[in-house]
Amino acid sequence: MSQTDVLAGLAEILEEVAGVDPADVTPEKTFIDDLDVDSLSMVEVVVAAEEKFGVKIPDDDVKTLKTVGDAVSYIQRAGVAA
Amino acid sequence: MIRTPRRVVVTGLGATTPLGGDVASTWEGLLAGRSGVRRLTEDWIETVPVHIAAPLAVEPPLGRVEARKLDRTQQMALVASREAWADAGTPEVDPLRLMVCVGSGIGGVLTLLSQYDVLKEQGSRKVTPHVVPMLMPNGPAATVGLAFGAKGGVRAPVSACASGTEAIALAYELIKFGRADVAIAGGTEAAIHPLPIAGFAQMQALSKRQDDPTLASRPFDKARDGFVLGEGAGVLVLEAEEHAKARGARILGYLAGAGISSDAYHVAAPEPNGAGAARAVQEALETGDLTPADVAHVNAHATSTPAGDLAESKALHLALGSAAGSAVVTATKSMTGHLLGAAGAVEAVATVLAMRERIVPATRNLDALDDEIELDVVRIDNRNIKAGAALSNSFGFGGHDVCLAFTPE
Repeated sequence: MSQTDVLAGLAEILEEVAGVDPADVTPEKTFIDDLDVDSLSMVEVVVAAEEKFGVKIPDDDVKTLKTVGDAVSYIQRAGVAA
Repeated sequence: MIRTPRRVVVTGLGATTPLGGDVASTWEGLLAGRSGVRRLTEDWIETVPVHIAAPLAVEPPLGRVEARKLDRTQQMALVASREAWADAGTPEVDPLRLMVCVGSGIGGVLTLLSQYDVLKEQGSRKVTPHVVPMLMPNGPAATVGLAFGAKGGVRAPVSACASGTEAIALAYELIKFGRADVAIAGGTEAAIHPLPIAGFAQMQALSKRQDDPTLASRPFDKARDGFVLGEGAGVLVLEAEEHAKARGARILGYLAGAGISSDAYHVAAPEPNGAGAARAVQEALETGDLTPADVAHVNAHATSTPAGDLAESKALHLALGSAAGSAVVTATKSMTGHLLGAAGAVEAVATVLAMRERIVPATRNLDALDDEIELDVVRIDNRNIKAGAALSNSFGFGGHDVCLAFTPE
């Protein structure tokens, strides 16, 4: 799946879960500080992303996903591995 | 920290109830004698023996993202608190001196049960990470505390159907003795779900009248046969008198006294002679420097159960003596249904308004007063009352008895 597609999919999830404006969802943004997605809502984002992209994101790996770009790369890699 | 006791005033009111989405529409509904009880149409309704309840008149007007992290009790507490805060003139207060006391009888039971369904049907990974903050009984108090930046303590009394009233009583004590200057205090409940309905029905606590839902809640009436489950929230802004006056706030009345007692009789049945409830009423009068003759109005707990309403009548006679017959009594649950942990908070709102406007809403469905109940219960037409103290009673499973005593000045 292309970077653009993953980014757009994540933006949809972030809007649904946390009310984030899709225009704000760009790779350099951090989830917590820039997009105001707290740690509980981040779990919702991850679960929704697993479903949407057909990947597994273990809890320990979630901690490494600081920015939208981190998540996009992770999902792209996990998708290839699957 | 012992200080000279301070007087406590009411400066704001908020509510969302089966009669309306705010205080004005709820009060208008009470004065018009409207019933908030209706037949439920949920798909589970045939699984339970009782098919009526009193749902909110207006769904909580919150944004989708805000609402999805909050249990319905929290949503309703937030709506009522925002109204009360605005009604109080959005007080300027030191956050360290602002306290929240919001109680609930059952807590986030809708979240608990719906998420258990998710767990069973879809597995643990699909359980929302918000489930614990949503189901915990202190959740509504915490939601309100966060929304208003209260750093002076967030408390959540749990005493079944006395929870909201106990929250107000607790806030009264803490302001009176100097622990806070302003409190957002009240109760909230959202439990219209087959499990609580089945449970209350198994206790024989619910009305079995299914013909006309609006006739089922009939406190003090000869033909009463149980309560009608309702949902909603009520909130008062309480304030130290000196604090309210310093900011030029409009004072709606005084919370002069509050009494809290317990029956130690039975976990669910009221003490038949009303002794425990009478002690709460007496304590409310004593802490408010009031005598029974000062009492112009009583908003009774009166849920419409045969035993409870009778015990309350006895309690009022025990506590007020010969003055019991001169207090003008109403049972607003005849219109709102029984809002459990929110009931007393919504009734406190109604009590303040009745005292302030000197009009008591008539008890709906009171066709024939029970022969054993010797009280002046207002029926058919609303009643104008003299200026005076107004009491609001709440009792809860567990033997909790709480009474608030408001005065106009």
